[in-house]
Amino acid sequence: MSSNSQQPASGDAELTNSSIAQLRRRLESGDVRATELISAFAARIEAIDPRLNSLISRVDPVESADAGGRLAGIPYVHKDIFCARGTRTTCGSRMLADWVAPYDATVHDKLSRSGAVLLGKANMDEFAMGSSNENSHFGAVANPWDEKAVPGGSSGGSAAAVAARLVPFATGTDTGGSIRQPAAFCGVTGIKPTYGRVSRFGMIAYASSFDQGGVLAKSAADCAEVLGEMAGFDPHDSTSVDRPVPDYSAALDDSIAGLRVGVPKQWFSEALDPAVGDVVQAAIEELRAAGAEPVEIDLPDADLALAAYYLLAPAEASSNLSRFDGVRFGYRCEDPKDLKDLYERSRSEGFGAEVKRRILVGTYALSAGYYDAFYLRAQKARRLVAEHFERALEQCDVIAGPVTPTTAFDRGAHSSDPAKMYLEDIFTIPVNLAGLPGMSVPAGFVGGRPVGLQLIGRHFDEARLLNIAHQYQQRVDWHERMPSIAVDSSNQ
Amino acid sequence: MSQYAIPSGWETVIGLEIHAQLATRAKIFSGASTAFGAEPNAQASAIDLGLPGVLPVLNEGAIRMAALFGLAIDAQVAPVSSFDRKNYFYPDLPKGYQITQLARPIVVGGAVTITTGEGKQAQEHTVRVTRAHLEEDAGKSLHEDFHGMTGIDLNRAGTPLIEIVSEPDMRSPEQAVAYARKIHAIVQYLGICDGNMQEGSFRVDANVSVRPVGEEAFGTRTEVKNVNSFRFLQRAIEFEIERQVDLLESGGKVVQATRLYDPDRDETRLMRTKEEADDYRYFPDPDLLPVVIDQATIDGWRKELPELPDAKAERYQKAFGLSAYDAGVLTSSRATAEYFEAVIARAGIDPKLAANWVMGEVAALLNRLELEIADCPVDADKLADLLERIGDGTLSNKLGREVFEALAEEGGSVDAIIEARGLKQISDTAAIEAMVDEVIEANPGQVEAYRGGKDKLFGFFVGQVMKAAKGKANPKAVNDVLKRRLDGE
Repeated sequence: MSSNSQQPASGDAELTNSSIAQLRRRLESGDVRATELISAFAARIEAIDPRLNSLISRVDPVESADAGGRLAGIPYVHKDIFCARGTRTTCGSRMLADWVAPYDATVHDKLSRSGAVLLGKANMDEFAMGSSNENSHFGAVANPWDEKAVPGGSSGGSAAAVAARLVPFATGTDTGGSIRQPAAFCGVTGIKPTYGRVSRFGMIAYASSFDQGGVLAKSAADCAEVLGEMAGFDPHDSTSVDRPVPDYSAALDDSIAGLRVGVPKQWFSEALDPAVGDVVQAAIEELRAAGAEPVEIDLPDADLALAAYYLLAPAEASSNLSRFDGVRFGYRCEDPKDLKDLYERSRSEGFGAEVKRRILVGTYALSAGYYDAFYLRAQKARRLVAEHFERALEQCDVIAGPVTPTTAFDRGAHSSDPAKMYLEDIFTIPVNLAGLPGMSVPAGFVGGRPVGLQLIGRHFDEARLLNIAHQYQQRVDWHERMPSIAVDSSNQ
Repeated sequence: MSQYAIPSGWETVIGLEIHAQLATRAKIFSGASTAFGAEPNAQASAIDLGLPGVLPVLNEGAIRMAALFGLAIDAQVAPVSSFDRKNYFYPDLPKGYQITQLARPIVVGGAVTITTGEGKQAQEHTVRVTRAHLEEDAGKSLHEDFHGMTGIDLNRAGTPLIEIVSEPDMRSPEQAVAYARKIHAIVQYLGICDGNMQEGSFRVDANVSVRPVGEEAFGTRTEVKNVNSFRFLQRAIEFEIERQVDLLESGGKVVQATRLYDPDRDETRLMRTKEEADDYRYFPDPDLLPVVIDQATIDGWRKELPELPDAKAERYQKAFGLSAYDAGVLTSSRATAEYFEAVIARAGIDPKLAANWVMGEVAALLNRLELEIADCPVDADKLADLLERIGDGTLSNKLGREVFEALAEEGGSVDAIIEARGLKQISDTAAIEAMVDEVIEANPGQVEAYRGGKDKLFGFFVGQVMKAAKGKANPKAVNDVLKRRLDGE
């Protein structure tokens, strides 16, 4: 148990630590006015965020047009990868430091229709490349549980903002763990849906065949509220899937008795910090206590998945990021001599080191003579990983394990060794290779820093994941705990 | 056209890559309009601009059009095709990559038959098509009017194209032109491309190499771009053959390169060599799903196919007794065939007469005015009126030409022109007999000579009668009466 974690306080804290359903009831009953609610959260951002740097931009709240929507009046922030018309949308990069989106992402459009109120754009690793949020042009983000620690990445700002209760929920994107890992590091609940469940239109692409939008919130119940509003087929995204969106909240209270929970034996190895492993095992025991049946499963080749990911994602990124050339929008170097100079300097000066590293790796992997050895072999490895999951999910209904090998590391700990940083994603990346839905659920603390339990389901099994996570959260209160930065400020 | 002769001892090998813009109303991956000639960038949507976060969505109309082309050339329409990214930096390429089809094109194989020469020299030849794939067009760089800077117009960016790649099956510039014309005709017949070469709707790149006659291995080829008419295609290939043969005969080597044709100087210029070529780093576009087409859909499209040039030419020969050459000319473009068919749709018009007029007077007029047949000042209906008056003997062919000129210059109706100009042919036998008698009476010496065996003088009498009739006498009636009067009595 962390010394600086505290039980919810009274007064304002009651408001800021409420569930979305509670907030909705209070708004509907007139107990709290929408403007009061917005002001309360806006004031928290004002007071707390300077210490966290979780937001890149604040957004003046727009009164929702549809006050009757499920999220009517509920404040939130977007990861700054989502375009919202008229808002600066930076993707954490100098390249887009001054770029104002002229159109709405489908996710933004859907949340707006549901009545949610955008208060800001959250910090992130540049172009979603990173696991610590240290790769942001707009500065690092502090982990609300320990300001020396990173919040994780790339959706680090989103996770920190929710952990500090600056907003009830935040959007995020997950390409190799970018929702689940920061959710685990910051002690919040995060869900990365099945690839194709949430539209990617208006979400700035990092690696298109992996990128998936999702939610970070306090609890599984809140994630269910929001995901239901975000998900669904989008004619503007050819990879979105035309399949009805269930009412995720409706299944939350289902019993999980008899559910087979697969525990991959390879994931509890020397790669995993034993203390983190203990917390995760305890959480699995809690699921057993709720009636679920843990079964050991085989899920080999996590290292293969990691290698494949770090070829395929950079390959796609090298192409996706070609449009940032200084010609039509975004950063342009001063006084270019000619076209080549314009390209070279705009991109050299506009992109940060990690982005350039991945563009180089990806360019190399796709080059003539290397394509077969790198890109094609990585695609084969990707299929193999997907098959492993398929086979594993025949023996169980859901997979449970760690999200990360360790708790949040200190800022600067991995900055000299990118390969070590990449290992942070070893349990999350395989899920993206297979396109499966995954969650991170707060499961305890080690040394005052949060630990997440990862749940992985079959394709489009989000309802079941949320159900299991919710049942777990009925038995524990990890997700209710707030870092002291959130509690202290709520009493001001 | 004088036949171009390849330098003796050499053979040329030509393959063409043809880009045909598809006539969809909207672009291939965005809903923006494809109309030509709008203000710069007025038709570029967020998707065409490649803004951060946008995604492509395939226009299914483009799939159908590409498939129709495949069916028209007896190719396989792939049950599964897919899109790849071709990565390179260029200011008019907004995303830094072009979406195209590399590994799995929508059209595979197929062939067209071409004819070069006419009459006894006519030769048929089959040109195989390797593949035809869908891709998006780039925008345009505008180098004028920007004070040393370059303007970018992205209206064209995202316009659907099919790139039709031939096998290296052509052995002369004439064959290459005939093949390009045949593809041009097919896409127009199908209504999938407007074929406008000036506006760049139909662009031809030629891969040209030469080798000594008898050699089997291909020579090093060059690719000639920027050819925007069939005449320039012929010239560009001729130039390139000459250039390559000169190089090789003087001990030099052909360098694999892309060259630009300059029509003003009638030459090709080096654009870039293979060493300078980009590595395009193709890979499957993760934003687009594979295109899956079931057999029922393909069968449905097959039923939509119109009568194509070869079938139409065969029908013209069989049904109207036209020569292969004439049938070929009349069917060489959809607009010409439509014009011809509109003329003969009028009951009683002789198709052969109509064919002669369309290929003769109409073609000459269009050539003179530099107009397309669709804009012919004498429309098919008017020509039919005119041919009716020739058919019923009101006009001779010669008078018909005069009426045709008047129609072209002033418009109006055929009958009104005949009336106004008094062009009606004299077919009344009594009137002709009177004129014949006058001529016989006035030329006793010639009559005696003719009757004494100088047959050639018959033409003199015809001329005299026609002169008396101011050219309006029915020539056949004049002949008949003259024969009767001179020989009969």
